[in-house]
Amino acid sequence: MRSLIEMNSMLSAADLAAIVVTLKLATITTIILLLVGLPIAWWLANTRVRAKPLVEAIVALPLVLPPTVLGFYLLLAFAPDSPVGQLWQYLGGEQLAFSFSALVIGSVIYSLPFAVQPLQASFEQLPKSLLEAAATMGANGRDQFFSIILPLSRRGIIGAASLGFAHTVGEFGVILMIGGNIPGETQVLSIALYDRVETLQYSSAHWMAGGLIVFSLLLLGFIYRFNKTASLYPAGRVRS
Amino acid sequence: MSLQLDVDLQRDDFQLQLTGTLPSDGVTAIYGPSGAGKTTLLRWIAGLEKSAAGELRFRDEVWQDHQRFIPTHQRQIAYVFQDARLFPHLNVEGNLAYAYQRRFNQQGPSPTQVGDWLGITALLAHFPGQLSSGQQQRVAIARALLSSPKILLMDEPLGSLDKPAGQKILHHLQALRQHINIPVLYVSHDIEELSRIAQHLLILEQGRMIEQGALMDLCSRLELSLSHEENAASVISASILNHDTHYGLSELAIDSSHRLFLAASPGEINDNIRLRIPARDVSIALSASTDSSILNILPCTIDSIEQTGESRILVRLKLEQQFLLARLTKKSADKLQLAVGQRVYAQIKTAALLNEGSPHE
Repeated sequence: MRSLIEMNSMLSAADLAAIVVTLKLATITTIILLLVGLPIAWWLANTRVRAKPLVEAIVALPLVLPPTVLGFYLLLAFAPDSPVGQLWQYLGGEQLAFSFSALVIGSVIYSLPFAVQPLQASFEQLPKSLLEAAATMGANGRDQFFSIILPLSRRGIIGAASLGFAHTVGEFGVILMIGGNIPGETQVLSIALYDRVETLQYSSAHWMAGGLIVFSLLLLGFIYRFNKTASLYPAGRVRS
Repeated sequence: MSLQLDVDLQRDDFQLQLTGTLPSDGVTAIYGPSGAGKTTLLRWIAGLEKSAAGELRFRDEVWQDHQRFIPTHQRQIAYVFQDARLFPHLNVEGNLAYAYQRRFNQQGPSPTQVGDWLGITALLAHFPGQLSSGQQQRVAIARALLSSPKILLMDEPLGSLDKPAGQKILHHLQALRQHINIPVLYVSHDIEELSRIAQHLLILEQGRMIEQGALMDLCSRLELSLSHEENAASVISASILNHDTHYGLSELAIDSSHRLFLAASPGEINDNIRLRIPARDVSIALSASTDSSILNILPCTIDSIEQTGESRILVRLKLEQQFLLARLTKKSADKLQLAVGQRVYAQIKTAALLNEGSPHE
């Protein structure tokens, strides 16, 4: 209790709001990343289309581009008079620019390679022979997906979710460009930290920076530990 | 009641092309050298290999024709692959349950029964990676049976096993016939293995069907390459007349005028059994020698003679209905002046029992 009160004195209400916004953004982004990433990764792992390298390159773009480049184009796209902004408002949304929804869209695009690549890798390793075996036992495509593909790709899915989550928490550039800095709405931890440093609130900045380091270490530690020990195949051997 | 096929399937530089009707009961063997297209044919029947053109009918169901293609999961088949293909994330029990939950016929055998038949009850908690390849294959066979399929397709199920493990599975397969009666298509390049379990044989070479018919008939046909192989043998059916406990022999009747003695066989009196008599272990004499150590000397008629190599000939000998093969040197054949229609005596050095006797062969 004492430490919580202490923390309360160290973190202002605005700081706590930033934590809540960050966790909310990362959670929603991760869920959407999995929903969007699964089909893209499955398609990439199985397609023989010649355009596959192009699609792979587009998905991987956020890995190499400065976040500000992506942020710049998203900012243009989200403007109220742009086609995307217009469509969003037509579909019943509020103004897209500087909204939480804009942050989610930006985060999903920015973190897409972190979700797609581990998924694609585990789908590529999945022995297709097992799917044939399942088909001979009467399992249709949907059944095969839930009974064979998902459990055998567990490692890739958890990796994709963790990396997507962690990467969203660590985002800065894109959000700075498209999110504005509205406390309690679009102000995430990384931006709040920047804000505190700018205004010389070093104590608050220390708490945030230190907290982010500990959180990231824990999350990455979990991912690596899981990757190492996850005994998908208890005797460690897949015959394909 | 049959499996009608008409397939034309092109893969790179290989073409599988055949038309035929296979029986849809008992065990039908698909035999041929490697690269003949046996596996491709079986996969096509399962719907795992697609051909643009082709027709496939199982009993009164169309599985493929010019406008329909029934996908694998709707054909109500079961398939035993050469590699067992057990699901690595499920233990043995889970693998069996996977098939059982999706079984095609509610009347089918239960996991307990099937586990018993194949001797895998002690393995239920193990994961596939912890099993030997022989155990994996037995689990795969059990899993296939639990689907209660209309037809069981087996692709060289012993192909990746060592000899003892293979023999063990073969025993299980032979014993299975007491429990369930589903048609089986069985691919193998080992005619000895097929002689044990198959009644019907389809011979495939370079994607074409050479011949099909009763296995016992085809084995002794001189024009087929089957009889020219190093381990060529005739397959004969006989019934057990009596057991001679003094000498440890069983007396068998091949037909009304031919008797054979064999090291005590496990069957009951009157059981039908199947014997395999290698061509190289049969020699020919012009008279019934009484001063020979060879126990089994059968009078027969030369049905046909074929030269199979520079120095060797193959002789087909007729008993009453069944045939024996004898492989001789050309020199001895010339010395005896063998000719078609001649009455001779076949001296049989070895005969191997192929099954443990069943009343309904």
